[in-house]
Amino acid sequence: MPHAFDEMSSTDGSVRPAYETLQRWLSSVPQDVLDHRRKEAEFIFRRIGITFAVYGEQNAQERLIPFDIVPRILTKDEWGRLSRGLEQRVKALNLYIRDIYTKREILKAGVVPENLVYQNPAFRPEMNGQRVPHDIYVHIAGIDIVRTDPDTFYVLEDNARTPSGVSYMLENREIMLRLFPELFSMHKVAPVDKYGDDLLATLRSLSPRGGHEPNVAILTPGIYNSAYYEHSFLADKLGVDLVEGRDLFVKDAVVYMRTTEGPKRVDVIYRRLDDDFLDPLVFRRDSVLGVPGLMSAYQAGNVTLTNAVGTGVADDKAVYSYMPDIIRFYLGEEPLLPNVPTWRCREPDHLKYVLDHLPELVVKEVHGSGGYGMLVGPASDKAQIEKFRAKLVADPANFIAQPTLALSTCPTMVEKGVAPRHVDLRPFILSGSDKVRIVPGGLTRVAMKEGSLVVNSSQGGGTKDTWVLDA
Amino acid sequence: MLSRTADNLYWLTRYVERADCLARILDVSQRLSYTPVTYGGSTNEWASAVLTAGCEEEFVARYGPLEEAKEEDVVSFLAFETENSSSIRNCFEVARTNARSVRTALTSEMWDVINSAWIELQNFPNRALTRDELARFLAFVKETSLRFDGATFRTMLRNDAYWFARSGAQLERADNTARILDVKYHVLLPEKERVGGPLDYFQWASILRSVSALTAFHWVYRDSVKPWLVADLLILNRQMPRSLAACYEQLARNLDDIAGVYGRQGPSQRLARSMQARLTNRTIEDIFQTGLHEFISEFISDNNKLGAEITEQYLT
Amino acid sequence: MRIRIRHEITQHFEPGSRNIAVTVRLTPRAHEGQFILRWTLDLNSDCRLSAQEDAFGNVCHTFSVDGPTDRLCVIAEGEVETLDTTGVIRGTVERFPPSLFLRQTDLTEATPAVIAFAEGVELPPDDPLGRLHALMVALHGKVEEEDGPALGGPLSADAALKAEKACSGGIAHLFTSAARHLGLPARHISGYLAPEGEEEGDGKARHWAEAYAPKIGWIAFDAGRNLCGTEHYVRLAVALDAMGVAPLRSTGLDIEEQVSALDGRAPQKLAQAQSQGQN
Repeated sequence: MPHAFDEMSSTDGSVRPAYETLQRWLSSVPQDVLDHRRKEAEFIFRRIGITFAVYGEQNAQERLIPFDIVPRILTKDEWGRLSRGLEQRVKALNLYIRDIYTKREILKAGVVPENLVYQNPAFRPEMNGQRVPHDIYVHIAGIDIVRTDPDTFYVLEDNARTPSGVSYMLENREIMLRLFPELFSMHKVAPVDKYGDDLLATLRSLSPRGGHEPNVAILTPGIYNSAYYEHSFLADKLGVDLVEGRDLFVKDAVVYMRTTEGPKRVDVIYRRLDDDFLDPLVFRRDSVLGVPGLMSAYQAGNVTLTNAVGTGVADDKAVYSYMPDIIRFYLGEEPLLPNVPTWRCREPDHLKYVLDHLPELVVKEVHGSGGYGMLVGPASDKAQIEKFRAKLVADPANFIAQPTLALSTCPTMVEKGVAPRHVDLRPFILSGSDKVRIVPGGLTRVAMKEGSLVVNSSQGGGTKDTWVLDA
Repeated sequence: MLSRTADNLYWLTRYVERADCLARILDVSQRLSYTPVTYGGSTNEWASAVLTAGCEEEFVARYGPLEEAKEEDVVSFLAFETENSSSIRNCFEVARTNARSVRTALTSEMWDVINSAWIELQNFPNRALTRDELARFLAFVKETSLRFDGATFRTMLRNDAYWFARSGAQLERADNTARILDVKYHVLLPEKERVGGPLDYFQWASILRSVSALTAFHWVYRDSVKPWLVADLLILNRQMPRSLAACYEQLARNLDDIAGVYGRQGPSQRLARSMQARLTNRTIEDIFQTGLHEFISEFISDNNKLGAEITEQYLT
Repeated sequence: MRIRIRHEITQHFEPGSRNIAVTVRLTPRAHEGQFILRWTLDLNSDCRLSAQEDAFGNVCHTFSVDGPTDRLCVIAEGEVETLDTTGVIRGTVERFPPSLFLRQTDLTEATPAVIAFAEGVELPPDDPLGRLHALMVALHGKVEEEDGPALGGPLSADAALKAEKACSGGIAHLFTSAARHLGLPARHISGYLAPEGEEEGDGKARHWAEAYAPKIGWIAFDAGRNLCGTEHYVRLAVALDAMGVAPLRSTGLDIEEQVSALDGRAPQKLAQAQSQGQN
């Protein structure tokens, strides 16, 4: 594996300018003080109740995501390049989804194969021909970014369904401000706390009803969902109601919530519930989390769902490999942020290459997420690779493969002190009817284990505060 | 506000109140159980603790006849057992679940009390506690409810959310006071024993203790403990925050506040007011004459009915 | 042929249910072999019925019943004039290219058993129509048709194959699943079948499949009866599986259905059916 790019130190041991102050500070503060602050941070997280649930773990119902107190720093310049690329990417995603559900020009042009859409479980026939307010489908996107050298930021994954993690971006900053006020006085860090306002403005801009104060609600699957904390956190930040399916009902194609004063009409629903569960009359009929009749109100144009239904058709890993073409097709521009080279195992010659090179590749399920069901070739032994090979051969269309990238590293507090660990970045992009909003920064995830490339929280990854320097 | 939010707030405060009441019952039972029998201590004090907590059926199913209830069984049953739906542990568990569901309607201080208590609860062992440990545990429970009430009082906006939260607590409190009286009413009846004997004193005092009113009694009546005064304090005295009259005064006001902002009265306002009127207009002599037991039974049933009316009118 | 149809569905709910949302898919559309003479929908409760189109162009109505109620009754009634088109279905509302109908669903999932069955059928090469016929014949020989559907809806393709016995919906699942696996677009159809010739009975609700053959178009295949569509069939709705064509979807308890589909020119039979309906 090639040597990973470290965001703080160059190979010659010198410290990059953006990190100079932080480095000086780190080396001046005794280890036990840092340890103490880290414990304090953990205590605060536990106390506030910022926890998540890990699927398949019975007794660890509420766990903390490890928080690393060393911030990750991006320069204004780096951020500028990133945010332009993100905006371009999200625009293309929206145009693609609209096209897929209306004219299907990209299929007719043969840029994206038909079966990638029609056989895609995330494609929703119900959305066919359905106009959504303001033609925006992905109102809240989370685009995963990895870095391999000073100039290259790759898009690793598009999340166009219900990306989570933004509460960590905001809480991490709160906690850093509380624990390390002196560090902030030494840097000009662009604030992130405007996200709540931005999100509310975005949601309100999407109301299907004019001339009214729009009633916005966040729809959660309930307290047992792994991201419940985030749902309640956002409801609090926005000052809107956090509803469950049973709080809503539909009458004459209008959605109402049950309140102590009687029914109240709902205009915009920021749903944190998967398509499958939204409406038992249309999707899974055993869903008790959804709202019977919701889709009829949606189709009648009386309520806005964010993100729209069926956006998953744009964010699986097979479609990902076509994103550069998708950007060129709709925008006539070259992608500002490159894709990681991807082999589509559904294509026989790609599959052959992948099978021949398994020990050096990362292989992922097309619809997988959370780091489940993937193979990291260089980190796996023979037995694991052979086991995976069998899975791959049995259902090649379900997998894609990528080279094992040397993800950049950032200084991170570990047992023995501060050491480099691999990181990625998930910025959040808001698309309203008026404009695109991106809060500077995002959620940095860090693989706490030495050498590990898996940053997912469900696999023991942690998070960091992400600083975009304003000067 | 969302009906479910109001419902969660209402039950959150009910469960905190219930946990507090259970802690007091255990406290008093323990005290009586090591008072010599000649001084009014009794061997079946633990049975009446189960009766007061209103879970005799579950208890009997698990431990056998109530008359043979043993201290360690009752303590573990009322305090810790997850099989007992209203054990203190479960009350805290349910309270926190409700609190999590309505975090947006709670102030961070209120959430902090509930969440910290829940975290701390995990530190108490799941086995029979020593008397020392039990004392610490009961103190922790009572302190939690005090902190929670304080956080509610000091930090919540005075709007419908607050009134629903308070209504839950008042309704539960009235129910608890009434049930303590229901189980112990016989020691208050004059024909039971010659008034003023040592046995009675300890029983009466223990009733007062179970609602933290022994000191208050002396301030209010400036008299020695007498059964009709005990009943008067707990039923009709509006100065005494755990009396039925005080609970209903608050309850009727809270419900009126809700009706005020919503601009609409309903069955729960009417029922609460009529019960309040009943508690204002009766005298204790009057109640003893028509039957203390009957009065309390009727009250408990009407109190439940009010709970159902509130649910029907606002919480579904 | 003129066919008179009456379809009554009763959905039960928990007593005292309120704000119930219901979707019904009970309005047939015309195509070259089918003309709707008249059609009405009737409900036992007052609510606003507005027609919408679902993903596949079926007419559906979603409405809400305030309640409290424990029962909803929907009656669809009408007359349809049909022509024999030897099973070829033209002039339908098409919202997707045929390739969409290669999409499997939970109910049509091509499990190893289904795959083994589909690949075991001896198929003439390069003749889609011949392949579809061969598949129908093989399936007819493999799975026996029973009355149905059972409670909980038709069996999945896999379950129908393993039981070797299924209602018309389960058989249609197996047919579409196998055809799709073989790369032949296929879809699920709900409708009515009037008795033929000297057949007894009042006619019934039925499911079958349509499969796509290039140059010919969509063709109706009823593997349960081993034939392509005739003028005795009335086509009600099309989707990917039985869930998609469900005549009524709600969140209630159980459902009862009463259906009659009779030759409109046979007055004595009609009178019978009507009096039954009034019972």
